[in-house]
Amino acid sequence: MIGVNTTHETAMESPPILTLEQVSKTYANGTVALQDFNLEVQPGTITSLVGPSGCGKSTVLRIVAALGDMTSGHMTWADDDPRAAKRSQRNPHKLAYVFQEAALMPWATVIDNVRLPLKLARVPKRQALEAVSEAISQVGLQGFERCYPRELSGGMQMRVSIARALVTQPQILLMDEPFGALDEMTRGKLNQELLALQDQRQLTILFVTHSVYEAVYLAHKVVVMASKPGRVITEIPIDAPHPREPGYRTSPQFNRYCRDVSHCLSRAMGNALAIAL
Amino acid sequence: MVSPAMQQKGQVQSPHRVRLLLNPDVLAPIGVGLLMLVAWELAVRLTHTPPYLLPGPILILTTLFQEWPTLLPSWFITMKIAFTALFAATTSGLLVAILFAQSKWIERSFFPYAVLLQTTPIVAIAPLIIIWMGSNTFAALVICAWIVAFFPIVSNTVLGLNSTDPSLVNLFKLNNASRWQTLRYLRLPSSLPYFLAGLRISGGLALIGAVVAEFVAGTGGAQSGLAYQILMAGYNLQIPRMFAALLLITCSGIAVFALLTALSNYLLKNWHASAVRQEN
Repeated sequence: MIGVNTTHETAMESPPILTLEQVSKTYANGTVALQDFNLEVQPGTITSLVGPSGCGKSTVLRIVAALGDMTSGHMTWADDDPRAAKRSQRNPHKLAYVFQEAALMPWATVIDNVRLPLKLARVPKRQALEAVSEAISQVGLQGFERCYPRELSGGMQMRVSIARALVTQPQILLMDEPFGALDEMTRGKLNQELLALQDQRQLTILFVTHSVYEAVYLAHKVVVMASKPGRVITEIPIDAPHPREPGYRTSPQFNRYCRDVSHCLSRAMGNALAIAL
Repeated sequence: MVSPAMQQKGQVQSPHRVRLLLNPDVLAPIGVGLLMLVAWELAVRLTHTPPYLLPGPILILTTLFQEWPTLLPSWFITMKIAFTALFAATTSGLLVAILFAQSKWIERSFFPYAVLLQTTPIVAIAPLIIIWMGSNTFAALVICAWIVAFFPIVSNTVLGLNSTDPSLVNLFKLNNASRWQTLRYLRLPSSLPYFLAGLRISGGLALIGAVVAEFVAGTGGAQSGLAYQILMAGYNLQIPRMFAALLLITCSGIAVFALLTALSNYLLKNWHASAVRQEN
């Protein structure tokens, strides 16, 4: 736990874009998915939520995206506009979601998949295609525009999914274990590219993962969670320059952070299993 | 990696056709079929079975060619009934399925009645329908064939409309998709493979429905299809002619199925596992 509580406020100076206060979620069958969850998300940073299965990490994303509701608590957006709420828009905060699986439409080409959010927003086709080709080149998929998802590898499908999320210029990007199903090599590569993208566009990302290494490597701030009930154990700011070089993965500082996070997890779970996470 | 493979497809096509014919999957059933026909012909000749009990395949084929001028118009009528019924079943089935998929309550309330339509024996209600439709025999026969062909399309399409990827449903919600957009861009395309599977079943059923209804209508109709030919040939003990008509119906059924399979493969060729050609 050395150095964990010496909070460096450098990246945390600007006001949060999103604040969750005392958020709880109880399912109808009595399961407490989330209890008194607090979180501040600073603009232009990556916040990762790490924890065992069933600790409510995905529930947090669903609540933020308004795909699920909370039982109690408050969620405040920096740009909250009461008129927007009155118009009962579902997604007034321009958020984009990247799911565990690529979730592409198998009948549509890469271009049509990426264009989907703009098509649903009735953006004129010419204007949409410009944004689409920009997003496609940002994830390095030039030359694959006319391919169907089944012709692409798992990693490439995930890139399409990320391009689809970026095409709307979201204010906040929610990522729910996006690289969990990929092999270690691809995962490392996509981590690297995500860091570059984040730096380039100053994205705000809320990243859910069960990999301690991924959480530490990507994030400005790691939120460690435990299950039954889902709650926050601690927040650990990762004080290393962004975007991180691949060499950071082997640095002593990186290892120390990973060990700290693992210790917190295993103590909270009351057994040594969490170290294997 | 992907684009060169696509460019090659055009060049590979012609030798591919030849290889397709020499494929064991094609050769084996053709061989079995020929053997059976030869055995049939031999058995008929060696046992001196009279043609009014069982004609050999050669006699059936020659009868088919001789009777072609009378069989062709009948074939045309039967096919017209079957295709009109299939078209009606497809349109109505699709519309009803979309309606069912709009709310769980509509589906709950009306689906059992769609099942009722399926489980009612068509032979039993065909006479009633023919009486109700009065002089319009064609409409009566189409209705009978429609009843038989309707259900597979409805049940398959409803299943397809409800089998959308939950993540994609969430994505549509996040992007404020309207009900119409979700139907048009997500649910209908997702249901296409299911709908096409239903269509293939219904194609054969529409033909069977048409023939069965014609049988029930009997020889009274002004327009006479292949079933009429079979009935008449039976009465007159023209058994080879009966077999010729039967052969026509069977071949038409196979042709309809092959046509709908080709349509399905064409529509799904880029994305669905059922139609994707493996390139090994």
